[in-house]
Amino acid sequence: MEVLTLENWLQSAPEWIASFPEWLQNLFFQLYQTFVYQDRWKFFTDGLKITFLVTIGALILGVIIGLIIAIIRTTHDNSKKKPFFLLRFLNWFCNIYLTVIRGTPMMVQLLIMGFVIMVPKSDAGMVVCGIVTLGINSGAYVAEIARSGLMSINIGQTEAGRSLGLSYGQTMWHIVIPQAIKNILPALGNEMITLLKDTSLVSVIALRDVTKQAQNIVSKTYQAYIPYISLAIIYLIIVIILTKLLGILERRLRKSER
Amino acid sequence: MNANDTIIKVLDLKKSFGDIHVLKGINTEIKRGEVVVVIGPSGSGKSTFLRTLNLLEEPTGGIIEFEGIDITDPKTNINLHRQKMGMVFQQFNLFPHMTVLKNMTLAPIKLLGKTKTEAEATALELLDKVGLKDRADAYPSQLSGGQKQRVAIVRALAMNPDVMLFDEPTSALDPEMVGEVLDVMKGLAKEGMTMVVVTHEMGFAKEVADRVIFIDEGIIMEDAPPAEFFGNPKNERLKSFLSKVL
Repeated sequence: MEVLTLENWLQSAPEWIASFPEWLQNLFFQLYQTFVYQDRWKFFTDGLKITFLVTIGALILGVIIGLIIAIIRTTHDNSKKKPFFLLRFLNWFCNIYLTVIRGTPMMVQLLIMGFVIMVPKSDAGMVVCGIVTLGINSGAYVAEIARSGLMSINIGQTEAGRSLGLSYGQTMWHIVIPQAIKNILPALGNEMITLLKDTSLVSVIALRDVTKQAQNIVSKTYQAYIPYISLAIIYLIIVIILTKLLGILERRLRKSER
Repeated sequence: MNANDTIIKVLDLKKSFGDIHVLKGINTEIKRGEVVVVIGPSGSGKSTFLRTLNLLEEPTGGIIEFEGIDITDPKTNINLHRQKMGMVFQQFNLFPHMTVLKNMTLAPIKLLGKTKTEAEATALELLDKVGLKDRADAYPSQLSGGQKQRVAIVRALAMNPDVMLFDEPTSALDPEMVGEVLDVMKGLAKEGMTMVVVTHEMGFAKEVADRVIFIDEGIIMEDAPPAEFFGNPKNERLKSFLSKVL
């Protein structure tokens, strides 16, 4: 593939650009190369699709795993008598999981899942691998958030539910968990933002997320400046939007209580 | 079942938290339709006693028979028996994320197999009785303390219980709201509901109770009809307690 040079480009570019100082010409040239030339903006949009897909998938998986672990651990810790064998086993298993996941880097987890355990061959397989790895990782952090959320609910709520004859599970599901979710929403929002940024690591298993795509553009243009700065700005804008949306959601939820 | 049969029988009930022995052997019987008021100084174990009756506190010893069944037996499904024992808490414990109506219909729908329509009809009827029908769609945080406690009472009643347990139902209320809650409880007593009430409201005990029990240091020190209990107390501790509160 022929490489576009500044001189070649200036011939086809609008004339007024030629009247700019050289550094500005260069900047415009790089912007052109990064976004316009050969429709390269599609690199970014394609990458963003993967980034969002992995973020949302991992978040859902993480919340499910986190809630299950939090429920097991609080049930275990709250039981007054010695918990029965299955519960003690599950609690032990959860502790191992938390220790391992929080004690090893996300990058290493991705490498192990991508090249040792799952070894995906297809594009879809790689996306699944990314979601599963990040979901499992996030679950460990969500578990602690959810546990603090469950413990923040007054014991009187549980007692009221149990005194009506509801089982422990029904009381958790209908009474404690809905209130806990409301309490942990801010922390969960932070986790989502962390997760979004962490998806940039999935490029190590060859997933073409937006970070990987920016790298691809650099490997074509040999110019790192504009693609990487643009990449940072893209992440920043998404995070700012998410933060705002979470704020609105929080206010809505609080209103329903009043 | 005749009108005078025993609904709750408590035999040598003991409860300790670690080394602290809160209940040291309580024996009593509660008959169907009876209103029993439990009083005692703070820390006497009277709330713990009430909370062991539906096993919110698990006894460390003794037996509680409810409608002829030993509910302290680990093989008993306590959830089934709790459906028949309504409980009202000092702190109301309404579910803040649900409307009043939802608070009242959750358990009947989940446990008694009622349809939403049936459960809501019953709930509205009960709300009407306590004068809160127009607050059915309110959230608990929109209610006053007295209203919250009235909702808590009818939430328990929606399960159509055989006995109602009250754990200091007016202690968290502003003074002007105590009356409206006591009125509901008096009405309930008049309808023949079996009630066990832990309270500091001596007036309520005198007026409504069939029996008043004085618990101190983890045992029942006096158990008598209100006239005798207040008029001619025998126990020395009760005498000094009454002299302080009356």
